[in-house]
Amino acid sequence: MGALLLKRAISGLTLVIAISFLAQLLILPGIDNIARNVLGELASEEQVAQKATELGLDRPFFVRYADWIWGAVQGDFGTSFYSTQSVTAAIASRLPVTLSLVILVTVLTALIAFALGITAAVNRGWIDRLLQVLVTVADALPAFVIALFLATVFAVQLHWFPATGYVPLTESPLGWLASLVLPVAAMTISGVVGVAQHVRSSAITVLRSDYLRTRRSRGLPTRYILATTVLRNSATPGLAALAVQVVGLLGASVVIEMVFALPGLGSLAVQAALRSDIPVILGVLMTYVVIVVVVNLLVDLLIAWVNPKVRLRA
Amino acid sequence: MSATANVPVPTTGITRRLLGNGLGVASAIVILLVILIAALAPVLPLPSPDAGELADAMQGPSPAHWLGTDTTGRDILSRLIWGARVNLLGAALAVVVALVLGVPVGIIAGYYRGWVDSVSGWVNDLIMALPGIIVLLAVSAVVGPSVWLAMAIFGVMLAPAYFRIVRASVLAVRGELYVDAAVVAGLPDSRILFRHVLSVVRAPILIQGARLAVIAIAIQAGLEFLGIGDVTVPSWGGMLNEGFRRVYDAPLLILWPSLAIGIVSVALVLFANALRDALEDRTQPLRRTRRHPAPATATASAPSAAPATEAPSGSLLSVRDLHVGYGYRSGEVEVVHGISFDIRAGEVLGLVGESGSGKSQTALSILGLLPFGGEITSGSIRLDGRELTTLGERRYAALRGTDIAYVPQEPMSNLDPTFTVGSQLVVPLRRKLGLSAREARARALELLERVGIGDPEKVFASYPFQLSGGMAQRVLIAGAVSCGPRLLIADEPTTALDVTVQAEVLEILRTLQRESGMSVLMVTHNFGVVADICDRVAVMSQGELVEEGDVRTVLRSPQHPYTISLLEAMLDESRTRDDLDATEKAGV
Repeated sequence: MGALLLKRAISGLTLVIAISFLAQLLILPGIDNIARNVLGELASEEQVAQKATELGLDRPFFVRYADWIWGAVQGDFGTSFYSTQSVTAAIASRLPVTLSLVILVTVLTALIAFALGITAAVNRGWIDRLLQVLVTVADALPAFVIALFLATVFAVQLHWFPATGYVPLTESPLGWLASLVLPVAAMTISGVVGVAQHVRSSAITVLRSDYLRTRRSRGLPTRYILATTVLRNSATPGLAALAVQVVGLLGASVVIEMVFALPGLGSLAVQAALRSDIPVILGVLMTYVVIVVVVNLLVDLLIAWVNPKVRLRA
Repeated sequence: MSATANVPVPTTGITRRLLGNGLGVASAIVILLVILIAALAPVLPLPSPDAGELADAMQGPSPAHWLGTDTTGRDILSRLIWGARVNLLGAALAVVVALVLGVPVGIIAGYYRGWVDSVSGWVNDLIMALPGIIVLLAVSAVVGPSVWLAMAIFGVMLAPAYFRIVRASVLAVRGELYVDAAVVAGLPDSRILFRHVLSVVRAPILIQGARLAVIAIAIQAGLEFLGIGDVTVPSWGGMLNEGFRRVYDAPLLILWPSLAIGIVSVALVLFANALRDALEDRTQPLRRTRRHPAPATATASAPSAAPATEAPSGSLLSVRDLHVGYGYRSGEVEVVHGISFDIRAGEVLGLVGESGSGKSQTALSILGLLPFGGEITSGSIRLDGRELTTLGERRYAALRGTDIAYVPQEPMSNLDPTFTVGSQLVVPLRRKLGLSAREARARALELLERVGIGDPEKVFASYPFQLSGGMAQRVLIAGAVSCGPRLLIADEPTTALDVTVQAEVLEILRTLQRESGMSVLMVTHNFGVVADICDRVAVMSQGELVEEGDVRTVLRSPQHPYTISLLEAMLDESRTRDDLDATEKAGV
């Protein structure tokens, strides 16, 4: 287990470093535009050149990257082009919102997807057909469109939940929950059926397996067999699908934070993108990548926990 | 994305199959129609999408404006159609970029493997870890808001989706014999790639294209909604943005662009699904035509009113006129055609027949564990006079383990790979016999020792995949007898084992049977096993019982021609087996 953890942690770290390099490479072709974007159309050439020097944009690529990564490993992503606030502080103040979203949605998605997928596999019938229809609909509708509908119906028309804003958990747990119900619902609705579909098909394989029949021949109650043999053996594909889903879900959270005016990382990124605030957007990008890597690591550990083959052969 | 899209099937004939799928055709028509309307937008008699009088703002549907007007009086329908051009072109751009990058690399990686495969696999993992929209935001921060550039870069991020399915398809076809033959025949790689490989990946490319287009449409609309895009050009995402700002007084404004995105995306998803189904159909055998009339289902659940013969006294299990069928409607395919037999207490009955004769189906129907789709269509199974065929699952489960137990054929696939051997043995002991954890553990270790396992503690803590086949079969026997069943059903318990292990396992079964006095139904195709262990033998052929009797009598003077031919066919095999056994015993 320790070896597996170490292996996955190292590969995750490599990924983070590779992406940090790639991200710097990504902004390279437009590096000359940045100072112009910051100052606007009316600035003179000299002003732009001076701003570029001031922001350190005229330094060679590797110097810039080395400087940035050296700061990043110490938790310093530089300073915003527009304020004196450090990028790290800005991210830290917004991380709780995005993390609340991601954690709630991931846990809910896992619970509902496994319950739904296994029920559909066991009972087939109408619940299975409903799942097939929902998969098509959820595949087709972007999460933020679902969010727009939920906001229109449940916040604007029915006033059941606040349409916008965020209440910190420490301030009022109930207010926190109320402010997150609609965004969490939108993201869960959009992601859950895809994962459930994976759980369903692997559960069907388990239900037809020899070992399931043998377990039943021992006279164990159906409920027990579903909660042990079926759940454990169909967990690996389901969890792998969940890990993939989390990446898509983070992307969706950006737009959904804007829909509900949640002060999270996503709205920070949009704000930064619209005014070319490079240090902020790079910092946010790296934060998202770290979240993805950590989630994948956790899912890998979960898979190793339920699947002894993975655990013992690592 | 879809595993099924990897099925390597030539595309010929798929079009016809697709045309037979109503939803597939309808979705294709919708997609073509939307593309056509978008393409014809400049020549259609539409109001200008950009011109509007403030005085006309926020009007409902009217003959002049079919869907009404927006906040600045512009025609909504016209903006939707002009927006379709932007959104469809953006999606097409992303898919084409993904195609151009992903397909060639996938083919090369799958066909040649080597470093290309490892490097592209790594890049694939890397891109998979990136939330696309954040990268696009970063790009727009540098170069300014451009939807076209954003969608081209998003195409790069979608390339792994093509890479994966193309690589998998090529890997599958690379392993095919006909490709090996082409390589051996000295055909140039380029020719093989074009002739065999490209034909295999064509359909998956189309399916994946539709799915990726859906993702691209979503992300583009998201970017436009965020304001990353050309705000002077009408777009679906832009309309959502404008509509959402007026959600309090005009909630309908977000409905139209949502519908446009929804309809096009659903059509694309359904089209991809129909195409996938058309591909899958080809790999499945033709649906069976219903030639056998279904037997009367009136007796399906009820036991036969009058058993053909009364069960002889002392009979533990009594099977009468058992019919087993498969299919959506029971009896579409009947595999057991009304067999009857008895097993007395303490008796070992051999059920012999070649594969497909229905003997395993008979065994599984006694356990109430027929595979999916199979069921007892009529007849009666009584255990100690109690009818089993009408028993509910809960009551049946209560009988299993303590009254009827089961030893399967394939040891390696019959143990749950996610639980230790110990846990699989202990749980039934605790639940069925009510033993404490400590008692159950001691009993399980004792059982493992009795089935000839040298190091019970180690096997107890092992997972099934850490055991050999012989070990696993011993564990399965230990599990079957753990709760002291009165009837043990052993379905070819030695067939999958090495010859040397077969004799040992049979010996264990014989010993256990003698000690406990349980009855055994030994399903086998091997008369050697029958001679070894059985008291009586029943011979099955094509779902019917053709001969039954005392083992000595049947082996010495078989009556039915099928039994005679079966015995003759096995004569050579059994002789070599006996020889092997003899040398084995001499050697030990």
